[in-house]
Amino acid sequence: MMEEAKHGPPALIGPDDLELLIQALTHSGRQVVGPVLRDEAIVYDHIDSIADLPAGWTDRQAPGHYTLEPRADAAVFGYAVGPHSWKRFLHPPVQTVWSASRDAGDGLGFDLAPDPARPYAFVGVRACELRAIEIQDKVLRDGATPDRAYVARRDRVFIVAVNCSQPAETCFCVSMDAGPRAKTGFDLALTELLDDDLHQFLVEIGSEAGAQMLAGIPHRQADETALSQANAVLERTSAGMGRRMETDGIKELLQNNPDHPRWDDVANRCLSCGNCTMVCPTCFCTTAEDTGDLANRTAERVQKWDSCFSLDFSYIRGGSVRSSTRSRYRQWLTHKLANWIDQFGTSGCVGCGRCMTWCPVGIDLTEEARAIRAETGVPK
Amino acid sequence: MPDVRFAPADLLVPTPYRVVERVRELDDVTTLRLEPRGGERTRVNPGQFNMLYAFGIGEAAISVSAAWETGRGLSHTIRDVGMVSHALSHMEEGAEVGLRGPFGSGWPLDRAEGRDIVIVAGGLGLAPLRPAIEAVLARRERYGRVTVLIGFRSPKDILFPRQIRDWRERPDVELHATVDHSAADWRGHVGVVPTLIQRTAFDPENCLAFVCGPEIMMRFSAQALLGAGVSPARIHLSMERNMKCAIGHCGRCQFGPHFVCKDGPVFPLELIAPILSVREI
Repeated sequence: MMEEAKHGPPALIGPDDLELLIQALTHSGRQVVGPVLRDEAIVYDHIDSIADLPAGWTDRQAPGHYTLEPRADAAVFGYAVGPHSWKRFLHPPVQTVWSASRDAGDGLGFDLAPDPARPYAFVGVRACELRAIEIQDKVLRDGATPDRAYVARRDRVFIVAVNCSQPAETCFCVSMDAGPRAKTGFDLALTELLDDDLHQFLVEIGSEAGAQMLAGIPHRQADETALSQANAVLERTSAGMGRRMETDGIKELLQNNPDHPRWDDVANRCLSCGNCTMVCPTCFCTTAEDTGDLANRTAERVQKWDSCFSLDFSYIRGGSVRSSTRSRYRQWLTHKLANWIDQFGTSGCVGCGRCMTWCPVGIDLTEEARAIRAETGVPK
Repeated sequence: MPDVRFAPADLLVPTPYRVVERVRELDDVTTLRLEPRGGERTRVNPGQFNMLYAFGIGEAAISVSAAWETGRGLSHTIRDVGMVSHALSHMEEGAEVGLRGPFGSGWPLDRAEGRDIVIVAGGLGLAPLRPAIEAVLARRERYGRVTVLIGFRSPKDILFPRQIRDWRERPDVELHATVDHSAADWRGHVGVVPTLIQRTAFDPENCLAFVCGPEIMMRFSAQALLGAGVSPARIHLSMERNMKCAIGHCGRCQFGPHFVCKDGPVFPLELIAPILSVREI
């Protein structure tokens, strides 16, 4: 059943009311971002209206495969997660950190890049993505030295979550205890209910800001039928997970097996392209690029997403610490599933499956972890 | 909307420092003595590092090779190996660099009080150990026996030779220097630095060892110290990894589950022993 409704009872709205919600978020000064169809995928971008959402489309995913297909209904959230995640807005791929100048006397001056002006509203954040945001919070916000720009974006974002109705073959959020139900970390959470001609959304309220936003649009209190319909959707989604990850003892399993032969096996398949790290909603690593003008008077530092699969990533004095693909894949998987637990008290994986869908050779991390477990004799 | 909290800007943004002295130590090694332009001197613990920025070129993590207290100013000893270190090495006196820091853990000098100290340095690894040696010698009475073991590739690679001579001349310091490859005028030890450990007198049960140098030298030194009966909790190593941010965000300096920038660079061996021998970790 629904959690105790602290900020108000669950409500029901229709598609027209969802449109009004998007308008209201825009009018509140926020830049509204949601799922849109582009480049034959469902990605996250600026939206003005419910008409921008990919109504009537779904996705079919498998390791190394992603295709869009039309749905039989007009669902606007009837698909799993695509190649984008919300980190591209909260922890953007490219951002200026500071700019600098050198005066006539060779004195240096530094100016911190301005904080982002306009807050975001995210529409369509899945439970696994809420968990991913929570995990990035631990890395970039909650430590001793918070990331200034991340905090400025994160603390002002309004989140409209969506409970998943359509798991992909690559999904395993249930294994990672990250979904499919949005339990916390949202302002409003929608469950899309499609019943013959009736298209509505159950709305749960997760914050005072969410309650205020909902109060501004037409809605009615949810009835028992709607609540049980929503529960049925989530039960079906939970049962439909395409993958499973055994997490019991996984930290020790990976940390104690740096020389396992499976690392050689996966290294023979891995292209070291870094796609998995780009699509992963929790991967946070960056590089910094310093540039200067030709007159050597102005300069700036730009932070960009980087990947532990690049050779440059571990380069020190004349060589890379991780020069083999084997060591780079091992670093990625061991960090994600094991070292992260030591560092931040949580797994770095949310079970979204993006890394396998967007892997050009379809490497399935659940399979790699399973193989290490099987050949190590650690009980299931 | 909740209040927006901001991270301190000075962790991300460099402060201008003036190069007040440039010393050519070796063919490819330079020491820059820095003073903040008008700013306040920040306290630096021996073993900590700063991020030094060469205008328009880039930034590199450089350990502090002399702290304010020694009277030589805030010094950084740099080997010319890449674009940034090349630019820093050729900085003119009077020019400015950007500095962020200090970052990281230092050598546990407080914990070493009342105990013997064994310093093991390899090559440029002496640079982050020099402020520790100087801090110990400034309060010599607080420590037991002080042993300094230093190894260089060859006699022409000897860093800080004047200070090594000063330390050697002190009756309250046992200093041994060795070279991997000898030369005609060399009459000292020949061999790698870990071999000096077994010929040194210290109390393995009441000492602290500080080790810095190339990773392979640190692995063998740690083994030799363990062999001499020093427990892994008493052996400290200073690790090096690629880093960009120095505050645990860029992810590049990960060493197993540790971030070298914020958990290190100085680690007790007991914490890193399981991964120290893993190749390419």
